[in-house]
Amino acid sequence: MKITTRFWISLILSLPMLIEMVLMPFIHWMLPGGQVTMFVLTTIVMLISARPFLSSAWASFQKHHSNMDTLIAVGTGTAYVYSIYAMFAGKGVFFESAAFVITFVLLGQVLEEKMRDRSSSAISKLMDLQAKDAMVKRDGRFVQVPLAEIVSGDLIEVKPGQKIAVDGEIVSGTSTIDEAMVTGESMPVTKRVGDDVIGSTMNMSGTFVFKAKKVGDDTMLAQIVALVKKAQSSHAPIQQLTDRVSDIFVPAVLIIAILTFLIWYVFIGHDVANSLIFAVSVVVIACPCALGLATPTALMVGTGRGAKMGILIKDGEVLERVNDVDTVVFDKTGTITVGQPKVTDIVGDEQQVLMLAARIEAGSEHPLALAILNEAKRQQIAVAEVKNFEALSGKGVQALVDGQQAFVGNERLLHDYEITDDLKQKMTQLQDEAKTVVLVGLQQKIIGLIAIQDTPKDTSAAAMAALKERGLRTVMLTGDNEHVARAIAKEVGIDEVIANVLPAEKADRIKMLQAEHTVAFVGDGINDAPALTTADVGIAMGAGTDIAIDAGGIVLVKNDLRDVDMALALSKKTFNRIKLNLFWAFVYNVLGIPVAAGVFYSFGFILSPEIAGVAMALSSLSVVLSSVLLGRTKLSYND
Amino acid sequence: MTRIIVLIIGIALIGFIAWWFFGKHEAQTESAAVTDDQQNVDVLVKGGYSPEQVVLKQGVPAQLHFKRTDPSSCLDHVVFPDFGINQALPENETETIQIDTSKAGEYEWACGMNMFHGKVIVK
Repeated sequence: MKITTRFWISLILSLPMLIEMVLMPFIHWMLPGGQVTMFVLTTIVMLISARPFLSSAWASFQKHHSNMDTLIAVGTGTAYVYSIYAMFAGKGVFFESAAFVITFVLLGQVLEEKMRDRSSSAISKLMDLQAKDAMVKRDGRFVQVPLAEIVSGDLIEVKPGQKIAVDGEIVSGTSTIDEAMVTGESMPVTKRVGDDVIGSTMNMSGTFVFKAKKVGDDTMLAQIVALVKKAQSSHAPIQQLTDRVSDIFVPAVLIIAILTFLIWYVFIGHDVANSLIFAVSVVVIACPCALGLATPTALMVGTGRGAKMGILIKDGEVLERVNDVDTVVFDKTGTITVGQPKVTDIVGDEQQVLMLAARIEAGSEHPLALAILNEAKRQQIAVAEVKNFEALSGKGVQALVDGQQAFVGNERLLHDYEITDDLKQKMTQLQDEAKTVVLVGLQQKIIGLIAIQDTPKDTSAAAMAALKERGLRTVMLTGDNEHVARAIAKEVGIDEVIANVLPAEKADRIKMLQAEHTVAFVGDGINDAPALTTADVGIAMGAGTDIAIDAGGIVLVKNDLRDVDMALALSKKTFNRIKLNLFWAFVYNVLGIPVAAGVFYSFGFILSPEIAGVAMALSSLSVVLSSVLLGRTKLSYND
Repeated sequence: MTRIIVLIIGIALIGFIAWWFFGKHEAQTESAAVTDDQQNVDVLVKGGYSPEQVVLKQGVPAQLHFKRTDPSSCLDHVVFPDFGINQALPENETETIQIDTSKAGEYEWACGMNMFHGKVIVK
């Protein structure tokens, strides 16, 4: 039988007794049939509405376990059985207590069930985003095919207003696409041939054809869902405390209840009925379900809320660690800056310098190399192949160009090669302008410089300001030289710069910082993976890469730095909510017990079993409600 | 006189509760039956889980079949935090859960409120 049905049955049967209880003092109205009517009504409640509690309690008892059902069964059972005895012995009965407690507990469960459904709805909402079918090219024609039958490599046509079914790459056409549902990015983005599209996002303006690259469980949405699921079912370390408590709590309460009865009856000399009421109240108020709900519901709402904004929090442990973070370290390229540097100046014989650099860097995917190659392309310089290509670890690359040894690289090359004073001066000047300088050399001599600049993202400065307001120290970690790094740091407002760090050293630098601080590291994933895992909290930007998802404790789907502050704010709010929930749950249970046991009896303050039942239902409800409210707390960028 | 008898009964009851719940009691353990490269274990959800410990062989795909006959809403979900599984268990229906047995280790499961516990041991 459903909880709701059980609740209505017990409510309707309890109502006459409730009315009598309320009216008694005023008009001395008595229930027709008196105790017998009460006995009949309560018996039906016990048999129908309360039986599941009893059978579950019995089943647990056989396995040496106990749970909240044990407490409800023992509490109401005691009240019921004693009242039957009292009825025949001609003493005062309290059938109504048993019936009321059952009603209130069931009311709590009905509401709680509703709330729990609501707090776990984030995932199903995410899954609902998926398109059901798509127009897939089969035998030269585009036909409607269900989502499950799409395979990698399929060509799929998307018209305006249609959903993109899976992840892929555009092969023809352009369009603007609203990716808000997956990335949280509110502005539609323009996509052309060669751009990646994300499954479940909405095509706005144009018609295009894309090639499916990732389907089924490999799509970004599926990965996000898997991540959120894992986070929601994870345990925050703070919860381990409640695990212990739940295990010993129920038996301990039973013992306290017996002691309560013994003290009132044997030592103080109250009558059996009153002593029993105290014991029953103790049992009823102690139900630890609020304690068990405190963490999971808050986690569920918090991580679900984050997922909607493109902030994926991996698990409860991350939430807890975020609380201690006092330093946020940023990778520069691609994180603080746009990550697409452009050539701004060329010093020396412009043609020769650019051609040399382009030829050596051809085939490299380093962002600086791409900038040089783009510039060469723009100036229509033919890039011929080179021989004996060799990487100079952390310094640059060298190769044989037309039989001569040539090299391209960074400042560290100065240890090995000569440079004229004129060039050196130019270099410092360019670096002061926040430009990265690439040295180009031929035959052991540096013959020219290429200045490349990577501009900060529009939102970087606002992001830093927000973090500072939060009282956090910001640090930039980069492989670039000191000059460039400082210039960028000044522009966006970063406190400290650690420059000239080799990719492999990033993790070590984080470790050094960790000696005195709790560190969050923000990086864009691939080469930052070691640093992301080393940091106390790894924040990976751009969920496009699987490595980023694996390495980061928090994944920011959007490429917006302000989300770092948002993620920290959300984590803190969620964790604080867990603490608040646990506090309330403990207060109800721990403070409720002595009150129920009659400690404040001499002040005329007692808790009857039915009030205890209300209090217990309220405690569960207030915890779940507090978690649901977390979904409504204010979170916004402060520009 | 009655009060003394009640006192003795009460103390005896306390002793019994302490022994029954806190004393060492063997957890019911079951090893999976392996058939056709597939391990299957039925877990009855009634006042807890029986068996409470499931031993699985590493590398062989495994399924746990949970059947809840207990009406308590305490047990209406089963959660495997290590695998990111949070499965609803409708009363009197069998729900199958895939267990990743690629890594040896101990994986706990719990009810939705984290009050009942079970354990999968992969070795």
